[in-house]
Amino acid sequence: MNDYRHIGKDFVPPDVLGKVTGKARYAEDFRADGMVYARVYTSPMAHGRVTRIDTSAVDEMDGLVGILTADDLPPVEAPNAPMLTNTPVYIGEPILAVAAVDEKVAEDAISRIRVHIEPLPFAVDPLDSLVEGGPDAREEGNVYVRSREGSGFRTVKWTREQIDEFRSGKEPTGEAVNEWSYGDLEKGFADAKVIIEESFVTTGYAHMSMEPRTAMAYWQNGTCYLYGSAQSQSFMIPGLASLLGVEQKNVILVSENTGGGFGSKIGAYPMMGLPAWFSKKLNRPVQLRITREQEYYVGSARVGFQGWIKVGFAADGRVTAADLFIVEDLGPNATGGDGSSAGGAVSIVYDPESMRYRGVPVLTNTTPRGAQRGPGQNQIAAVMPAIMDKAARQLNIDPLEIRKVNAAHNATTVEEDQGPVTSAYMKEALEMGAGMFDWQGKRSRPRRNGNKVIGIGIGQGYHSAGTSGFDGLVRITPDGKIHLHSGVGNLGTYSYASVTRSAAEVLKCDWNNCVIHHGNTEAHLPWSSYQAGSVTSFTQSRTNYVAAMDAVSKIREIAATTLGGAAADYDVADEKVFRIGNPAQSMTYAAVAQRAVEMGGPYSGETFPDDIHEVTQRAVQGLAGTGLIGVARDTLDQEGVVPGLAVAFVEIELDLETGKYDILDYVGIAECGTVVHPQGLAAQMKGGAVWGMGMASLERHVYDPQNGLPANVGYHQCGIPTYLDTPSEIRTGAVNLPDPQSPFGAKGIGEPAMGCSVAALTAAISDALDGHIFSRTPISADMILNHVAGGPQSFKPLQTNTY
Amino acid sequence: MKAVIASSVAAASYGGLRLAHAQDRTGAVERLISLNVNGRTRRVDVLPQETLAHTLRYKLGLTGTKIGCNRGECGACTLLIADVPHYSCSTLTHSVKGRNVLTVEGLQTADGRLHPVQQAFIDELAPQCGFCTPGQVMSAVALLKVNPSPTREQARQALSGNLCRCGAYDHYLNGVMRAAGTRS
Repeated sequence: MNDYRHIGKDFVPPDVLGKVTGKARYAEDFRADGMVYARVYTSPMAHGRVTRIDTSAVDEMDGLVGILTADDLPPVEAPNAPMLTNTPVYIGEPILAVAAVDEKVAEDAISRIRVHIEPLPFAVDPLDSLVEGGPDAREEGNVYVRSREGSGFRTVKWTREQIDEFRSGKEPTGEAVNEWSYGDLEKGFADAKVIIEESFVTTGYAHMSMEPRTAMAYWQNGTCYLYGSAQSQSFMIPGLASLLGVEQKNVILVSENTGGGFGSKIGAYPMMGLPAWFSKKLNRPVQLRITREQEYYVGSARVGFQGWIKVGFAADGRVTAADLFIVEDLGPNATGGDGSSAGGAVSIVYDPESMRYRGVPVLTNTTPRGAQRGPGQNQIAAVMPAIMDKAARQLNIDPLEIRKVNAAHNATTVEEDQGPVTSAYMKEALEMGAGMFDWQGKRSRPRRNGNKVIGIGIGQGYHSAGTSGFDGLVRITPDGKIHLHSGVGNLGTYSYASVTRSAAEVLKCDWNNCVIHHGNTEAHLPWSSYQAGSVTSFTQSRTNYVAAMDAVSKIREIAATTLGGAAADYDVADEKVFRIGNPAQSMTYAAVAQRAVEMGGPYSGETFPDDIHEVTQRAVQGLAGTGLIGVARDTLDQEGVVPGLAVAFVEIELDLETGKYDILDYVGIAECGTVVHPQGLAAQMKGGAVWGMGMASLERHVYDPQNGLPANVGYHQCGIPTYLDTPSEIRTGAVNLPDPQSPFGAKGIGEPAMGCSVAALTAAISDALDGHIFSRTPISADMILNHVAGGPQSFKPLQTNTY
Repeated sequence: MKAVIASSVAAASYGGLRLAHAQDRTGAVERLISLNVNGRTRRVDVLPQETLAHTLRYKLGLTGTKIGCNRGECGACTLLIADVPHYSCSTLTHSVKGRNVLTVEGLQTADGRLHPVQQAFIDELAPQCGFCTPGQVMSAVALLKVNPSPTREQARQALSGNLCRCGAYDHYLNGVMRAAGTRS
């Protein structure tokens, strides 16, 4: 165990008090003098062209302040989602907005405006578009190809026979537009003793963050003040500047608290820009409150998969070859990536000796898709366990052992280029989980009790969990306070605060003397990574480390200048700098900060390094002269994929008469390097577990193929897990071995925490049903009942976005 | 009467001018009513169809009560009316005249002391994004008023009308049990 002062210790993040008292402010809680309320008119058609907008009924409407249409806004290049459109590509796409003195007037106006739309062909299932003669979701094409060689729309069609073969479970023979591979696939299958082949569906579903993405904006002297709901903080600025058509210095983002994002609020998004443009037009503050139904429409969703996989296993269970083909359901605006990420996840979690990925990202007229907690990694996490367990049965190997045989370790090479990882301890995680769960004991116990049957399963999750190159900023003021400036967004993980513990560790200071600044551009925040992709803990621990190291260097230099000797003669402790060998010769941090102000230059931020981002430069300029400034760009060594890993062990009791199951036991183990914030880690592991439970059996898009209508726009229709869908206790643990490329060893965990859960549950359901593989999420109670009764399912093979 | 409404409007919300004007169409319903919120009497101009969540957030400045769905699904707007938990998005403001309304802002004592549920939720790091937290707090407070020593299962049932998309249910239940004194 380490002997850190802050790392690995619980603390109370400063925003928790506001959350339990109601004082925490979210975007919708801000008001401005003269503020008006906007509402949007959304498309009732899945795909169409606006031919006429008739506003005559509201021309004289009392209280109506203005109308905004797509013609008032700069054009947006497809497939990027526009703020407003004249060619809607999904039901719920905003076409126009009105602003009024209150929401009732705004809604009345929306109900009176007549929008004439010419219908266009639409598709709500990728295979319906991919088949020859099928409709294209956009006039530009039905596939969006994103590649190094060039990105753009294409029209790709398969013959009806190719579609039928795919539906029948055979290897797809239609055109793939993305492909990568490594190793000798043919040899891998030739070497295999057992080969498992399955087709599968993972249905997309809505993010459904608790907070609808309200935003409020106004302009002052050419600068836009935007109160929005954002996962990231500083990272939003360039995108917002682009969205608003201004320079980065003219965007102030206030996002003190964000009511969940899960990938749907990583960067600037259209509904954040809309009130800003409306405010510009009206010259008064505009708040756009998004309703729950609209949040379903514009709030993003997970990409769906229709796929096929073939996996070869050697006699000892080692994966010799994996061949993966995925048709992605992109919705109308996404640009793909989940499919290839799924392939990348297979390459590390099961470490095949050879592998090929092929994919076709197909556009549909369903809600826009985007990154959702483990985008790609967690869809394939749901598919793989039953395949591993089927192979284990055929090879007579314990499901735990077949996972350990293929477990990622420090020498594992990953993805297309078979590059290195920074650290990986999957085997250790599996062993720890098996011990806590009593895997062997549970395996040997009786499984059947009347109509109830026990199933147990093991799941594994992965997401790359770190990047580099961002900036850190700390400040010590003459009152002795240590200011930790965090450009990290506050999306509910508390990582905005926990990463600053790295700076406190370096500065060897009392946490009670630290002040975290975050959530508002005007709080002078450095350029920071996006709060997504599980990157924050690794990435921003590094930035806080380098900034604090810069501060310590300056503290030593100031001590040498003031007290004599060289900087190397000094060290820091207990918020003092002291002469090594003569601790009585010392200065307090407060005195050092005062000297920094007097000395100026780099010590007080009047000058700063050339390589920091312009966002950080402005932050430093705003703080210059107020104390000692530590600021630096993270140029520490970073090579290889930073794997965040997690495993879960689940025991369910499945009722064969209802098709429902209860989760009797859940153990989740994190492999996220050094544990930085134990309570926060447990919260992420448990929250991820709940997300996996939703994906496994509850959540899915449902679209009427005849009219393109969504059937589930509310929370419960979407199947968001409740208290009663989830076990009241979830057990967690952590491997807690440091990653060598993180100053204190931390890696991220948010996404693997979910992947292991959905994986363990699909495995447990299969286990309860004698190894039956549904190869589909969600696995509903109806599906289980149909299987038990020996009857057909209600959908045709590979059909998606349906019940 | 109109003068009274106008002064209330000035203090309450920008949209009030429009509301006062609307009275002409809404007939005989008395719109200027007294509410008892967190132990204080608040005079407020309320439309007949207005929900309590809207009145609190947009006219009384009590934004601790959150609107997650506005249709009785999520519980983010939960508050207590005469000690009984209600979804304020599905409660007409006019229906609570003369009854005690307790919102999350009313739990902390004047000297800053937190309600045991609030303190327990902090100790257990129960909130994640926090948007559902006020509703979770109020449901837990309501439970402990009628059942000071609930089992974990009773707490689970009592809070089951409050969704949490972050999936922090386990930590919230830990918080309830800690507040009840059965977890330390």
